Amino acid sequence: MKAAVITFPGSNRDGDVAKALKQAGAAVTHVWHADTELPAGTDLVVLPGGFSYGDYLRTGAIAGRAHIMDATRAHAARGGYVLGICNGFQIACEAGLLPGILVRNAHLKFVCRRQHLTVERNDTPYTRAYAKGQVIDVCIAHGEGNYIADAETLARLEGEGLVAFRYADASGKVTAEANPNGSLNNIAGIYSPGFNVLGLMPHPENLIDSLVGGTDGRGLFESLVAAKAA
Amino acid sequence: MKARVTVTLKNGVLDPQGKAIEGALKSLDIAGVESVRQGKVFDIELSTSDKTAAEAALKAACEKLLANTVIENYHVEIGG
Repeated sequence: MKAAVITFPGSNRDGDVAKALKQAGAAVTHVWHADTELPAGTDLVVLPGGFSYGDYLRTGAIAGRAHIMDATRAHAARGGYVLGICNGFQIACEAGLLPGILVRNAHLKFVCRRQHLTVERNDTPYTRAYAKGQVIDVCIAHGEGNYIADAETLARLEGEGLVAFRYADASGKVTAEANPNGSLNNIAGIYSPGFNVLGLMPHPENLIDSLVGGTDGRGLFESLVAAKAA
Repeated sequence: MKARVTVTLKNGVLDPQGKAIEGALKSLDIAGVESVRQGKVFDIELSTSDKTAAEAALKAACEKLLANTVIENYHVEIGG
């Protein structure tokens, strides 16, 4: 598994996601946003978390138009894996890789805490190491994580099983109380129709070592590396 | 040539920031505030003096970057 982690001005989780990928056995290259080509043989492009361009204009809007995003879109169109985490999810939506948009949290507060998610399906390249319906404990840290899409798009996401993760309580109940930001249908992450692009607001890369409180994030990176090997 | 682009949220899109501003205006006893929607204004200077070319350039600017048409509408005004 050859992973290319893109660094935009203001990305700050590129190092952490690289560490998580290496732990799972991937080879990681760091790529600058102004580059026009991905390294030869790239299997996975990662759009990391952070505050690209200071969240100016709209979160992810300017990064979504960076030169490297043309190569990233072409990679996704060929069926290549693209993983957008937090600001990377916002960038993926702004770049047209995923539908909808992340807007300001409904309660207007930045949220930074642990959060339970349900794994909606485990037959995708990103989730094979989990069980279907498994409740995982990850971290969230965002001010604009409120996922919205028009009714038609939302119906398509639900109808085609493209919701990857939902915000839930510790027992796996998807409730309004467990929704940290107002996202429609408690959506925490979505897939492209081919399941090769995943965007999610939570940070699985935060919890890959019991030393820092948990390892529920590991499964995502291990699934990806295994998907490439399969 | 100067132009002003206004970007506003589409009807029906929740605007938590506008709601917070609305609440603040009401707490300041500003009379008669019924609702507030927040938007963005861009003042742009263009090198062209051709209005048709300016309109085309600004439409492209809005579609490609200034507005996210999933949730926003835009309006272009071209001045002297």
